[in-house]
Amino acid sequence: MSVPAELKYTESHEWVRLEADGSVTVGITQHAQELLGDMVFVQLPDVGRTLAQREDCAVVESVKAASDIYAPVGGEVIAANTDVESSPEKINEDCYAAWLFRLKPASADEIGGLLDAGGYQKLLDSEAH
Amino acid sequence: MPFIPHTEEDVAEMLASIGAKSIDELFDEIPAELKTGKLTRVPPGLSEMEISRLMHERAQQDGFYLSFIGAGAYEHHIPAAVWQITTRGEFYSSYTPYQAEASQGTLQLLYEYQTMMASLTGMDVSNASLYDGASALAEAALMAVRQHKTSRRILIPQTVHPIYRRVARTIVRNQAIEVVEVPYDPATGQVAMDKLDQFAREEFAALVIPQPNFFGVLEQVDALTDWAHDKQSLAIAVVNPTSLAMLKPPGEWGHRGADIAIGEGQPLGIPLSSGGPYFGFMACKQELVRQMPGRIIGRTTDLEGKEGFALTLQAREQHIRRSKATSNICTNQGLMVTAATIYMSLLGPEGLYRVAAQSHANTLSLIEQLEKLPGVKKAFNSPFFHEAVLQLSVPADKVLNKLKAQGVLGGVLLENYYPDLKNTLLVCATETKTAEDLDKYTEMLQEALTGV
Amino acid sequence: MLIFEHSRKNRLNYSQAPATRPAKNNIPDNLKRKTVPLLPEVSEMDTVRHYTRLSQKNFSIDTEFYPLGSCTMKYNPRACNSLAMLPQFLSRHPLAPEDTGQGFLACMYELQEILKDVTGMSAVSLTSMAGAQGELIGITMIRAYHEAHGDTGRTEIIIPDAAHGTNPATAVMCGYKVIEIPTNRDGDVDMEALKAAVGPRTAGLMLTNPSTLGVFEKKVAEMSRIVHEAGGLLYYDGANLNAVLGKVKPGDMGFDVIHMNLHKTFSTPHGGGGPGAAPVGVAERLLPYLPIPIVAYEQGTYRWLTEKDRPQTIGRLSAHMGNAGVLLRAYIYVRLLGAGGMLRISEYATLNANYLMAELRKLGFEIAYPNRRASHEFIVTMKEIKDKTGVSAMHLAKRLLDKGFHAPTVYFPLLVPECLLIEPAETESKETLDHFVAAMKEILDEIAAQPDMVKAAPHDMPLRKIDDVKAARELDLVWNPAG
Repeated sequence: MSVPAELKYTESHEWVRLEADGSVTVGITQHAQELLGDMVFVQLPDVGRTLAQREDCAVVESVKAASDIYAPVGGEVIAANTDVESSPEKINEDCYAAWLFRLKPASADEIGGLLDAGGYQKLLDSEAH
Repeated sequence: MPFIPHTEEDVAEMLASIGAKSIDELFDEIPAELKTGKLTRVPPGLSEMEISRLMHERAQQDGFYLSFIGAGAYEHHIPAAVWQITTRGEFYSSYTPYQAEASQGTLQLLYEYQTMMASLTGMDVSNASLYDGASALAEAALMAVRQHKTSRRILIPQTVHPIYRRVARTIVRNQAIEVVEVPYDPATGQVAMDKLDQFAREEFAALVIPQPNFFGVLEQVDALTDWAHDKQSLAIAVVNPTSLAMLKPPGEWGHRGADIAIGEGQPLGIPLSSGGPYFGFMACKQELVRQMPGRIIGRTTDLEGKEGFALTLQAREQHIRRSKATSNICTNQGLMVTAATIYMSLLGPEGLYRVAAQSHANTLSLIEQLEKLPGVKKAFNSPFFHEAVLQLSVPADKVLNKLKAQGVLGGVLLENYYPDLKNTLLVCATETKTAEDLDKYTEMLQEALTGV
Repeated sequence: MLIFEHSRKNRLNYSQAPATRPAKNNIPDNLKRKTVPLLPEVSEMDTVRHYTRLSQKNFSIDTEFYPLGSCTMKYNPRACNSLAMLPQFLSRHPLAPEDTGQGFLACMYELQEILKDVTGMSAVSLTSMAGAQGELIGITMIRAYHEAHGDTGRTEIIIPDAAHGTNPATAVMCGYKVIEIPTNRDGDVDMEALKAAVGPRTAGLMLTNPSTLGVFEKKVAEMSRIVHEAGGLLYYDGANLNAVLGKVKPGDMGFDVIHMNLHKTFSTPHGGGGPGAAPVGVAERLLPYLPIPIVAYEQGTYRWLTEKDRPQTIGRLSAHMGNAGVLLRAYIYVRLLGAGGMLRISEYATLNANYLMAELRKLGFEIAYPNRRASHEFIVTMKEIKDKTGVSAMHLAKRLLDKGFHAPTVYFPLLVPECLLIEPAETESKETLDHFVAAMKEILDEIAAQPDMVKAAPHDMPLRKIDDVKAARELDLVWNPAG
């Protein structure tokens, strides 16, 4: 299963990319995408909304499941990917390209607490058993 | 053994396969101290012949009356085909259409129903039914609060069916949603606009707009809808489906149309049956579809491209979304919708129009006749659909009792719901009433009035 | 073909519609409808043909074995329908005076009494129109009870993870936070997790017993004690009452409030998704809060209790009295069965389930809780088969349709991977069960020989596999004549 080394991860299966400008981009992992199956609907947070860490702020739906997306770190929403709202299947096609939203983190501390690729892989291995 | 096909030999073979000595042994995981089961108040079983006789006796005891009662449940002619088809085993004894390939009949019928209801209400989409009109109002209120996001208050005029208001309060109160009532104008029987305007500066998730209202009176729906929209509230229409053949549909009310339309589906081919089962309908604008509770059917294709139907938007529902579902509703009123769809197909637009227009005309005639009697007048001066309120000069409960003794149910005593409306009757004459029926009522009321 | 596609402008069924458009019309012009609604214009015969044909595309209890777990698809006796549809019952207006409905009310009163006896509860209200509404009533009563006792800090409802989705949805609809507790390897609620979850914030526990895993919760008495000692109340979801009817009464298990699905246990029709009916029973302490109307019998007369009689009632849940016609069908059913017949329901439902479980186990299907007795249902897990062959529970379900059997419940409960929840109700004969076992054997062989064929099922239905992804992505919810 694809777990890109350059990304950070959460235990609730979001991936997080640290951008050069200090913002973070959030999406769902390959594992989450496969579990959910064919995506049919995505609901994203409004730009400008301030989120606390682990606050549920978005929803991805397949035919047979719906899953809440949690903010990996606290902060303000600075962008939402309207492209996946209109074409949710893009998440199935390439979940690491089809990002959901971008945050301006409130503090750097929470980023440090995220899993790295090795840690996330371990989590996946343990969930498989 | 009623409805159990097993022979003794079957039971013996089955137990042998399981490896158990007796059926009783299969219950050995239930702690002995809990096995207290004894039925003391369930009578011994009856044969079909015996229960048939009992039920005929009970039915006989209730008899038939010439009824002028409406108040949310209406006597209409139901074509014979409606229930003959509806009670076919394939509709009657099937389950919720989760397995689409084994349920195309029910699914296609529901898609046709959604189309008919959306068009009748003038809305974009419809769900596949809720329990009844009253609970549909509660669901619409919850939906409005979810959509509105900032207000948890709903404005409900007192011209809305009093039991609907009671049910809505019971259900929404749990979520700390406040129901605020708007009084009616005692002259017109409509929502009192001056009283409504007192709420103009407060925030509400929605205004509920009945058409016709509980008094049978027609409301100024355009003004009410625009009033709600001007203050960023949703407009929830509560409508009678028969009336929609004649009356402007909620989707066309005001400048933008109502946002949600709900109502009681019973007039569409469902017998009165002491109050149920009926069904609630709900239709809404496209942008609200994901907030809608209940089942929704979509048209799609199979893997060879052939047209087919399936439950869709299921992620709103409790079996997937669990605690975050739009509602807890699961079982709805599928069979009633089956009857309603067949009813609407048999009547078509012209047939349904005639039912509505004849009911309207009959009630107009009846009220004209009754108004000529001394001691009887209309309580309100507004136009009405197929129901109206009469003000009597004598105790109305005694009048009703006298009519009943002659086999006529003369209407509903409004004082039970509106303490200010003393000695008033809510009266309805649908298309089922003949000119002779109206005359009979007029004569008997005249007699009853002089006798009390 | 849709009914609209049979339509022809200006066609009318003259026998069914009123003869003319009456001249008398007082509707103000600004309130009149100006557009013609999209209703079909089809003859009576074509309507009958169209809907008869549609009905033939359905599976139903009357035509197929329907082993849908947790749904109790048993035979719906015909007499229940025909006698509930006697014309006097059908024509009675809900607001007609009580003295014009003593026959109907007698049936309702007796049904209340019978349900009290069967469940061991103190009182019953018949108003609820479906299981989920029964739950809503129950949890609303629990809230009313705590409020009446000034106990306002109770904000949580505890629910096992095996529960129906309606349980958590109901708790949230009633303004509560859901605390989910796990199930142990034997299918019982994890008692340590329960002990850790209860406390001063516990309003109540919702429990289905036997659970949706098809096993009887053995420690139910202890659970009752733990929750009651913490000040919470116990809700019994009667979805699986068919399994223990007459054997164990929820009242004796310590429950304070229950609902029973008449469309399951008491054989009223499922109707393609309703109408249901789910009377609610309560223990003494919740009696004042029961929703109205309730039928009382006083001085030889039946009457509805109102808010005046029950000032603490939570109120009303339906415009009239719930699904009266469904209640009549249930009444007729229990009178046909009598006390002896009621006991046999659970006995033969349990016999059928355990037999089917034994036979499927012999074929090599993996039973999810192999060390337990089945209640009236049990779970087969296809996880190993799927890992080896790629054939999933859903694939097998669709292949069963080809063989003339309705599929079991698939992918519920959510905690057992690739599960099939199988419930053969008591009205099925041994031959039918044996035919089902033979079909399962055939499919097992097909999975070994040609798994791709099984994955592409159904093959012999009017339609191949439905594209529900397309249905959700390209919403088409109403027909548009313009295409």
